[in-house]
Amino acid sequence: MAEMETEERGGKSPRMPRSGSRRRRISRLSAEKIDYIDYKDVKLLQSFIAENGKIMPRRLTGVTSQQQRKLVEAIKRARTIALLPFTKY
Amino acid sequence: MRTYEVAFIAAPNTAEDDLSKLNSLIQQIVTDRGGKITKVDNWGRRKLAYRIGKFDEGVYTFVHLEGSGKEISEVERRLRVTDFVIRYLTVRTDEALKRAAKLKSKRKVSLAPRSPEDDFDLDLDLEDEELMEEI
Repeated sequence: MAEMETEERGGKSPRMPRSGSRRRRISRLSAEKIDYIDYKDVKLLQSFIAENGKIMPRRLTGVTSQQQRKLVEAIKRARTIALLPFTKY
Repeated sequence: MRTYEVAFIAAPNTAEDDLSKLNSLIQQIVTDRGGKITKVDNWGRRKLAYRIGKFDEGVYTFVHLEGSGKEISEVERRLRVTDFVIRYLTVRTDEALKRAAKLKSKRKVSLAPRSPEDDFDLDLDLEDEELMEEI
């Protein structure tokens, strides 16, 4: 019983401010008002994949979930026709 | 009417002749079935992001077309049986483009200046009366 009460307290946990340079509040997608993410736009897509070719999580890029879904689709298409790598060791 | 983008990669050692022949064949297939080719993008020789078969580069062609969808199966079959085509991809674009246009128009509306009347939807007099009754 006592345990439940402490769980409900819901105080703010001291969150460390992230200082990583990769964290961005506003992504290029929102800033440049890109609505249609083209799988042929290699330069744009490259800014959303990591060094090793992986798709970056949106907590690092700051895109919305809708944008991330479109990005993922575009990146996967670009991979299919060898515009982007699946992996880079 | 649907719009599609058919992309294919030809082997780097393909003769120019074969490639233009394939292009006109695709054109014919599409127009025969009532479709229309709106744009053909030739990127030319480009380095592949990874090896396909024994090739490190390929010749990219993007064909934009509109039609009912019947054209695609035949175009894809053609690409499949053509030896020098090492990879192809068909993407339907009309729905995504429509959604993008909608997002764009929506943004324009929200950016438009608000009319001053919008700020007066709170009826302050009524609120005061209700407060008085409560007391």
